[in-house]
Order: sequence, then C-alpha cells, then structure tokens
Amino acid sequence: MNFLDLIWLIPLFPAAGFVINGLFGKRMSKTAVGVIGCGVVLISFIFSAGAVYQLLQLEAEHRSHTVTLYRWIAAGLAHTRGGGLADFAVDWSFLLDPLSSVMILVVTGVGFLIHVYSTGYMHDEDGFYRFFAYLNLFMFSMLTLVLGSNYLMMFVGWEGVGLCSYLLIGYYFLKKSAGDAAKKAFVVNRIGDWGFSIGIMLIFVSFGTLDFTRVGEAVREGVMAGRYHVSDPLFIGIALALFVGAAGKSAQIPLYVWLPDAMEGPTPVSALIHAATMVTAGVYMVARSNFIYQMAPQAMTVVAVIGAVTAFFAASIALVQNDIKRVLAYSTVSQLGYMFLALGVGAFTAGIFHLMTHAFFKALLFLGSGSVIHAMHHEQDMRKMGALKNKIPVTFWTMFVGTLAIAGTPGLAGFFSKDEILWKAFSSNQGHIVLWLIGAAVAGMTAFYMFRLLFMTFFGQSRVDHHTEHHIHESPRSMTVPLIILAIGSAFAGYVGMPAWLGTNAFEHFLEPVFEPLPIQQAPPPEYSHAAEIGMAAVSVAIALIGFGLAYSKYCKRSWEEQREVRQYGPLYKVFLNKYYIDELYDALFVNRAKGGGMRLWTFDAKVVDGLVNGSALTTVRTASGSGWWDRWIVDGLVRFIGGFIKTVSWPVRLIQTGYVQNYALVMILGVLILIGYVLWGTP
Amino acid sequence: MIELALFYIFATIAVASAILVITQHNVVHSAAFLGATLFAVAGIFLTLHGEFLAGVQIIVYVGGILVLFVFVIMLIAVDRTAMERQYNRQWTIALVTAGILILEIGYGLYQGKDSFVLPPAAAVAAAAVAGNSERVGTTLYTVYLLPFEIASILLLVAIVGAVVLAKKKTQME
Amino acid sequence: MVPTHYYLILAAALFTIGIIGVLTRRNIMIILMSIELMMNAVNINLIAFSDRLQQVTGQVFAIFVITVAAAEAAVGLGIVIAMFKNKETMNINEIDLMKW
Repeated sequence: MNFLDLIWLIPLFPAAGFVINGLFGKRMSKTAVGVIGCGVVLISFIFSAGAVYQLLQLEAEHRSHTVTLYRWIAAGLAHTRGGGLADFAVDWSFLLDPLSSVMILVVTGVGFLIHVYSTGYMHDEDGFYRFFAYLNLFMFSMLTLVLGSNYLMMFVGWEGVGLCSYLLIGYYFLKKSAGDAAKKAFVVNRIGDWGFSIGIMLIFVSFGTLDFTRVGEAVREGVMAGRYHVSDPLFIGIALALFVGAAGKSAQIPLYVWLPDAMEGPTPVSALIHAATMVTAGVYMVARSNFIYQMAPQAMTVVAVIGAVTAFFAASIALVQNDIKRVLAYSTVSQLGYMFLALGVGAFTAGIFHLMTHAFFKALLFLGSGSVIHAMHHEQDMRKMGALKNKIPVTFWTMFVGTLAIAGTPGLAGFFSKDEILWKAFSSNQGHIVLWLIGAAVAGMTAFYMFRLLFMTFFGQSRVDHHTEHHIHESPRSMTVPLIILAIGSAFAGYVGMPAWLGTNAFEHFLEPVFEPLPIQQAPPPEYSHAAEIGMAAVSVAIALIGFGLAYSKYCKRSWEEQREVRQYGPLYKVFLNKYYIDELYDALFVNRAKGGGMRLWTFDAKVVDGLVNGSALTTVRTASGSGWWDRWIVDGLVRFIGGFIKTVSWPVRLIQTGYVQNYALVMILGVLILIGYVLWGTP
Repeated sequence: MIELALFYIFATIAVASAILVITQHNVVHSAAFLGATLFAVAGIFLTLHGEFLAGVQIIVYVGGILVLFVFVIMLIAVDRTAMERQYNRQWTIALVTAGILILEIGYGLYQGKDSFVLPPAAAVAAAAVAGNSERVGTTLYTVYLLPFEIASILLLVAIVGAVVLAKKKTQME
Repeated sequence: MVPTHYYLILAAALFTIGIIGVLTRRNIMIILMSIELMMNAVNINLIAFSDRLQQVTGQVFAIFVITVAAAEAAVGLGIVIAMFKNKETMNINEIDLMKW
C-alpha cells in the first residue's frame, strides 16, 4: 500500500467519524461512539506512520511528496506587485515533508491517546456523542492545517480548529462562564486571523502563488536574481502580519488572554487543543514560512522578544495560581513563548523539537490533572487537595514524570529540547544574552511552579473536603493507560534530538531540508566549543534544581498556608494572582467599547429600523382608522346628511298633507288663479 | 225695459239665494235656497231665449239633482252637526282667494269689454226662424252626436257607480 | 236689451259665491251644493254668449254641463253615503285619513 499517495485520506477518517457520530451518535451506545471516535484517529495514525515510514525511504533531498486532489479555486488572473500577471489558482492538495510528518505523527498519536482517555473521562456526560463528534472534527481541521500544501488550506484548517475550540470550550454550554470563555477564544482568535489573512494576501500579491514550495522557490530565485534583499519591508510586513495570526492562535502577548479562560472546557479538550496541538499551529505556521522570516531579521527579533516576554510573563502568573488547570494553562503559554523564542533566533528545528516534546508532557500533565479532578469529584482548587499520593498512585507517578520532563531534568525529553533553545538563544546569530537570561529565569520559574503544583496536590497534609474524601479513587484503565504511554513518551521522546555534544541530532537532520537557509549574506555564526554548550546545559540544570529546591522547601516540607504564600510575594502577589489585571484593561479599552458600539447598533436597529417598521405599521393603522373615521363621519355623514336634510325639509312640507279636501281645493284654486293671472298679465 | 227688470229680479233672487245657501246652519235650509237659486237661474235662461234649457234646468237640476240632495240629506243628516262650527279654519284665506278671483275676473272683463258689443238685429231675425228647442235638438243630434252618445255612457257609468257605492255589502263579497 | 256684461257679472258673482262655499263650509252637502252653484254660473255664461252670438252651440254645451253635473252629483252623493257608513259625520274635516 502506497501510504504516500494516500495521505489525503488522513484527514478524512476523522471527518467520517465526525459525520457518523454527529448524525447518529445520539442513537448509538456510548461504547459504539467511543469506538468510532477513537478508531478513526487510530486509522489515521496508522496511515500517518506508514506514510512517514515510506517518506524516510526516500533520499533526503527528495523527501517532499505532494498529492493533489483537484483544483479547488480557479479564479483567473490577477496582478502581482511586480506587475506581472498571476493565475490565482489554489489546489486541494496535501504535502508530506519532514515538517508535516512530525506534525501528523504528533497530532494523530497524542490525539489518539487523548481520545481513548476521553472515553473514560467523559463517560458520565450526556453529550458524549457530541464531544466525540467535535473532537473528530477538530482532528480533521488540524490535519488539514498541517498537511495542506498551501496557505489557503492551512487557513481553512486554522479556522476549523478555531471553530472546534469554540465548540469544545463551550461544551458545557449551560454554564455562562463556559459560553463567555468560548466567545472570548473565538473573538481573540479572529483578531489573529485578520493578521493572518493580510499576510496571505500580501504573499499572493508579491509572489503570485500560495503554495508553500512555490513561494519558497520564488523567494530563493528572487534572492539569487537580486530582486529581494534582506530586511526588505515587504518581507517584514508579511512576517509581522503572519505573526499576528500566530500570536492569536498560539496565545502570545497581546492575544493570549483566551487560553486561561479556555480551561472552562473539559480537561481532554484542554489537553488536546490547548496544549498539544491547536496552540502549536502558530509555531508550525512560522516554521513553515521560514523563508519569509529569514529575509526579515527585524521580524524575527520581534518574534523572539515577544516569545521571551510572554514566557516570563505567563510563568510569573503561574507562580501563584490555585486552580490546577490554570497553572497548566499559563505554563502552556510560557512554553509556547519558548517555542517562539526558538523560532525568533533562527533555531527552527529547536522550536519544532520543543513542540513535539511539549505535546507529550503537557498532554500528560493535563490528562493527569484531569485524573486528579476526576478523583476529587470535579474539585479543581489545589488549596483543597493534598496528600493524594497514595490514594491515586498511577496518576501521581505519571504526573511526576511529566513534571520532571517539563522542568528540564536531564535525560528526559524536556531537557533536550529546552536546552537546545536556551543554547541557540545564547549562541545563534540573532540570539542575545538577554534573551538567554530571560529563558533561564523562566526555566527556573517553570520548575518552581510545576513542583509547587505537584507538592500541593499530592504531598503534605490533606486539605480535602470530607465529602469528597470518600470518593477518591484511581481512574479507570481507559484513563490510566494513556497516561502511562504519554509518560513513556515524555521520558524517551527526547532522544531523537540529542544535542551535538552527545551525538548526532537525528531530528535536526531530518528537518534540515525544510529549513534550508537562503543564499543570503549572513554573518557567520559565532563558534562555540562543545564545552561551552555543556557548560550552558549545566547552568540550566542548576537553575532547574534551584527552582525545585525552593518549591520543596516551601511546599513539601511545610504544608501550604495561604498567608505565608501571600507574605512571601509581598505586593506582587495580588498582581500575579489577578493576571496583571490585563483582562480588566482589555475590558476597559476594547471590550466595553465594542459592546457599547454593539448596543448602539442594536438600539438603532430596535428603535430606528424596527421603529420604521413599527412606524409604518402604526401609520397604516392610523391611516386606516383615519379613513375609517372619514368613512364613518364624512361619507356616511354626507349620506346621513342628505337623508336628514330631506327629512328636515320634508318635515314642514308634510304639513301640506293635511288630509282636508278643502285645503287641497284652496290650493288648487289658488294655483289656477296664479296661472290665469300670469296669462292675463302677459296679454295686452 | 222689461228684460232689464226681469234680469234684475232673477239676478237678485239668484245671488241672494246663493249667499243664503252657503251661510245657512241647517242643511235643509241650504237645500231649499239652492232650489230657489236654480229656479232663478232658469228664469235667467228664459230671458236669454234659452227656453229648452230653462226647462231642462228645472227638470233635471231642480227635479233630479236637488231632490237627490234632499234624499241624501234625509238619510244621513246628523243633528249634532248643527251644534258645531260651520266654517272651517281656512275661511280667511278663502276670502282672500275669492277676492283675487273677483279681481281677475274683473280685470279680464274690463280688458275684453270691447268685444261684448255684438252685431245688431239681423241676429234677432234669424233667431225667429225656428224654435229654440228645435234648433237645439237638431244641432245636438247631428253636429254633436258623438258627445251626446258619450254623455249617455257617462250617465250610465254614473248610475252604475252610484249603485255600487251605496250598495249594502252582502255575505258573498 | 240687457248688456252682456251684466250676465257675466252675475255669473261671476255666483261663481265666487260657489267658491267661497266650497272653501269655507264644513258640511259636505253644502260643499256639493256650492259646486252646483258654480256649474250654474258657468251655464249662465254659456247661454249668455250663445244668445249674443246667435249660435246654439253654447246651449248644447250647457246641456252637457247639466248632464255632467247630474252624473257628478249622483256619484258624489253615492260617495258621501258610502263614507257615512264608516264615520257618521257630515264634517268634512273629520275625513282626514290622508293626513300625514
């Protein structure tokens, strides 16, 4: 079976699952819904694995396979910026190259595990079939996003995952907070999409095509022909526009505000969409457009700075959050910042590498927290947890592995990827020591707040409410098995991308053709020895240990007390806890203004437009009543007047009819006399 | 001379009786005075050489119509009418109307007074050729035959009508 | 020779008296009698002119007038009798069924 030619089926299996579960799920049993929902993802995973395997058989330079299904849009000719005519044609075609193969494996693999987990976690929910239908729809959109061979298909998938994010965050639609969070996610995402659209339009207008390969070729040719220069405002513009989209989807400053609220959705949703896959779409997009970014170093600096600042910012908020999922949400924002930092300093491979390892341990941590929440009977506040270690051991040990990974413990996956980023932030052409410092500080904070989470939840004295205490039990196998598998992945997935001083970096080699540097003049990268690299690694490990130690001393040795925590941060506590009041700021600046505008428009519609309609109805009624009045009083009045007039006139006239013959005789005689008199008068 | 005196006598009787006809309380008295008026008028006819007509007047008018009147008065005269008012309420306007009538007649007569002068004696001589009755009869049965017949039918109709009107209603009706 | 206009004035006087009688009196019989008076006045006129113009047509006409007067008197009195069967009155003012 030639999996390479069948890559177009990979998004379609989950699409079929969506259709079946969506249309018929209500009538099917939960088992059937679960089997179909998970099964289609498994099939996609098998196809992805087969396709990637077959791709690996090819030579390194030829590892790019495109399958075109049909010409999707053929809109005719349009002028490009350079004055030439380009045919605006977009195909529905799929591209399998090293970058997309990493993505599809991560998406389908981790996705499958999360689907299996959901069968256990969501078992008691009423809208079980709806959940799986939406999840499958999400898988279809995400796979279209990563497999698409042009920007427009990526955009279709982009919008699709945004929609599914809205649907799934608002899954508990009867809760107002869930609905609000879903709306927030969608609206903020939309702002990013605006930037993305501008970027796409600029790309077409400049290069005449939206296909990734062809745009890359156009850039390469242009550079070689001398038409394009580095720091061309065109490239800076496109790069920044695309980055606005990435910031929206991947929750960077200033568009990150939706991600913490997205925790209103069920935990598997947080795991899949807001940790492992959807939020990484921005990273994927920037990586895919590396040829544009390479031509715009200023934009790359912007990306790196925003990534670093976001990482620091989010980590500082995570230090004091009490909701277990919120800590993980801010951690995700922070780790995404790391990925963008990597991309911004030119370490595209490192960024993708971190994306992959992050998918493993973040999904693990989220699913683990879901298991804790499930055991705690839907309690999410860590202040009400404690000493759960022995009660839910599997959950504990898997989460422990995940925490070690994210903290950057040597040997586990997170260490390799994070270390790579920190090293590149320091050593790369576009790196800077300040960026490294921020990254290192974030690493320390990450270790601190993750171990804080672990200690508060599993260690110390039990602060659990008495009612819930009786319900604490380990999760079913459908939930624990994926945890175990993910833990294994978190532990060992890093070995594909080992740094140079430990051996060949297979991962980097694999991805090299995608990130081929352009033939532009660059300063040669500063040379550092392996020793320097090892030294940096040691420094980052030391920082992580410091973080761990602080957490241990504060949260494990002594049990958590609120007052102590508040005191140790001083005035900053309130600021961190309230997320720097950014949401309130946005509300005042934008949200309330938009709402006010909306209200004014609605008032206009209700008063003026509907007023016109009502007014016309009212006018009609009034006119009708007026014409009724006219008819009743004037027309009928005329008729009645005539009758009355005749009556009035005839009233005295009837007196002539006296009934007395002599009166009649008199009148007759008088008449004759008058006539005779008239005749007599006339004759001479 | 004698003609004038006769005229005055008959005229006075006629007018006086006429006035009395319309002013009497008692209906029978009025009828009597009507008879007197009719006799006087017959006399006037005689002075005008209308002998036949005078006879007819007396026979038909007085002997027929007046008798009929008296019969009816006898049948239906109610005593209490003598107690009531005799004149109705429009008598003033009636007198005014009569006044206007007199004026108009006077005016007409005055206007045409010249035409009352007539051709002299030749007319009188022609009148002596035949007797009045003869002349009337001849004209009536030759020139005015059709009106004569119609008049007889009119009389027939009147007879029938009078009988029908005054008949007693029987069970069959 | 009596001037013609004497007869005319006489006829006019009788006629006027007849009119007054018709218009003024309440008693039906007297009204009918007044009508006879008026007819007689007309007859006087006719005969007078017949005599003056030496034509017999006037007298023939007068015969017809008398005939009609007779017929009319007969029918009229028949009506009076029929009317009297309904309402026992000779007062014409009480026969006012045609009143408004």
